[in-house]
Amino acid sequence: MPRLETVAFDSLIVRLFDRIDEAHMPWVLAAVDSIRDALGELALEVVPSYTTVLVQIDIKQLALPEARARLSQALMGLEPRDGEAGTLHEIPVWYDVSVGPELPLVAERLGTDINEVIQRHTARDYSVFALGFAPGYGFMGLIEEAMATPRLKTPRQKVAAGSVGIADRQTAIYPAPSPGGWNLLGRTAVKLFDRQREGYTLFRPGDRVRFVAIDREAFMAQGGDTTPQPGVGSERPNGEGRS
Amino acid sequence: MTLRVERAGPLALVVDGGRRGVRHLGVTQGGAMDWISLGWANWLLGNAPDAAGIEVMVGGLSLVAEADTLLALAGADLAATVDGAPLTSGQRFTLKAGQTLAFGGPQSGLRAYLAIPGGVLADPVMGSVTSTVREGLGGLDGQGRTLQVADRLEGADRQARQASLARPGQLPEEARSTLPASGVTAGGVAAGGVAAGGVAAGEAVAGENIAGEKNIVRLDLVPGAQIHAFSGTSLFRAFEQQWQVDQRADRMGIRLTGTPLDCAMSGMVSEGIPLGAVQVPPDGQPIILMNDRQTIGGYPRLGALTPQSCARLAQCMPGAAVRLAPMSPERARHEYLQQLAMWKM
Repeated sequence: MPRLETVAFDSLIVRLFDRIDEAHMPWVLAAVDSIRDALGELALEVVPSYTTVLVQIDIKQLALPEARARLSQALMGLEPRDGEAGTLHEIPVWYDVSVGPELPLVAERLGTDINEVIQRHTARDYSVFALGFAPGYGFMGLIEEAMATPRLKTPRQKVAAGSVGIADRQTAIYPAPSPGGWNLLGRTAVKLFDRQREGYTLFRPGDRVRFVAIDREAFMAQGGDTTPQPGVGSERPNGEGRS
Repeated sequence: MTLRVERAGPLALVVDGGRRGVRHLGVTQGGAMDWISLGWANWLLGNAPDAAGIEVMVGGLSLVAEADTLLALAGADLAATVDGAPLTSGQRFTLKAGQTLAFGGPQSGLRAYLAIPGGVLADPVMGSVTSTVREGLGGLDGQGRTLQVADRLEGADRQARQASLARPGQLPEEARSTLPASGVTAGGVAAGGVAAGGVAAGEAVAGENIAGEKNIVRLDLVPGAQIHAFSGTSLFRAFEQQWQVDQRADRMGIRLTGTPLDCAMSGMVSEGIPLGAVQVPPDGQPIILMNDRQTIGGYPRLGALTPQSCARLAQCMPGAAVRLAPMSPERARHEYLQQLAMWKM
């Protein structure tokens, strides 16, 4: 049975697990469905992440203890959602040192060359664990353990849109220019967030992502921006630029 | 009615109640940092409390009316003037054609709110016109930018709702006791009732402060989340010490500085973050996560401030002294509903 924890006067966290695992996603997604079914319009926000779901209730209509009672009822006998239900996205990436300045660093950590880093980053399908940090930004994983690389000591002030990076055992794409501390390997022309798109974001939690290496010409033909990635800058003042 | 921006100032934004039902997409809430002052400004014109208005931070903005326009101002005292004559915050007024409404600098509080009949006219993006600069969403152009010289502001209605004209042109007594800490300025020195003019800022401050500690703003915190991971000493410190509002403060988060807190939990798996969450990174200095916060994060948290306390904090200058005080979720809900009920007057 998941734990229900108060996190604000109008919000609860449904805690299902303690650590990150791809096998947890079908449970988290099933919990999202149950919560939406149980509360309907009374749930103002339902925000899944790796191991939890944040629920903000309409406190004007519903008190916290009643929300808690309804949620425990709804989450009893939870069954995982079908693991294959998410969409598989193929994301073309131009892997190059000019737009992926940490390629040599990751190669060095693996004791190999850049080509093998690319081969290994494209070798497996990744789960989308959560959206966050920026509109449409998907936290994905897990990359193979040997490739796990800590975040940069000093985050960049500006990471270019479409940048593909890794941090620890996760991988992600920056949908828009932003500060960021992930190790960059390449860049994609695919738009992750588009206000004209139905549903706005390309990814949903539970989707699967496969990176496909393309060359510079193909990247440009897709409308990719080949401007080299600027160097590492200083940290954001309020420490919020964690990704 | 049209207002033309003559001078933009550092940060003037179109704000409303923020975006709803979008956080699972990684899109932030946004909206008025001091939602209570926006609510009162709107109340004076008969608008919905969360109708779109202008949030003026620090000052610097000036607007020229192209036709006679009924407006309302609430929140911080930013030394507003109409053609050079002082204009008190907390009232409805007419800006005549050709007149200039200008904001000087902060006298007490940080953010003033200007309401326009029917709310600022703009195309909503994902259900809200609120400007989120970082995400490039909302505002007059839909791209999230701040107000710029030559921008034109229109109200969705030509005039204030009839209902509002029966209301007093100034904020009622009840509003004074719930106004955020508009008397708190740099260094925690209360400006007092005189500086704020018509709105008795001195009284408002007294109502929201710790008894016997006039210049310390009380921030009510609903305990929860990872509070059990903090040591007893740290919890004592969290609620007993006086914290200072740091320079590192923006619409995403506001840092407090003081004797650091220790948390047994070093890292945790990122999870959804509610408004007002008090997170404690490894340096032990809390960060209160505000309207433009990221949607998920991985630092342990003590709980979350009540929405009223978020509004008060939004008016605190760097250097202001604050204390955290525990509050039950029941009490916080009661106070929130009371606030909403006031706008039905």
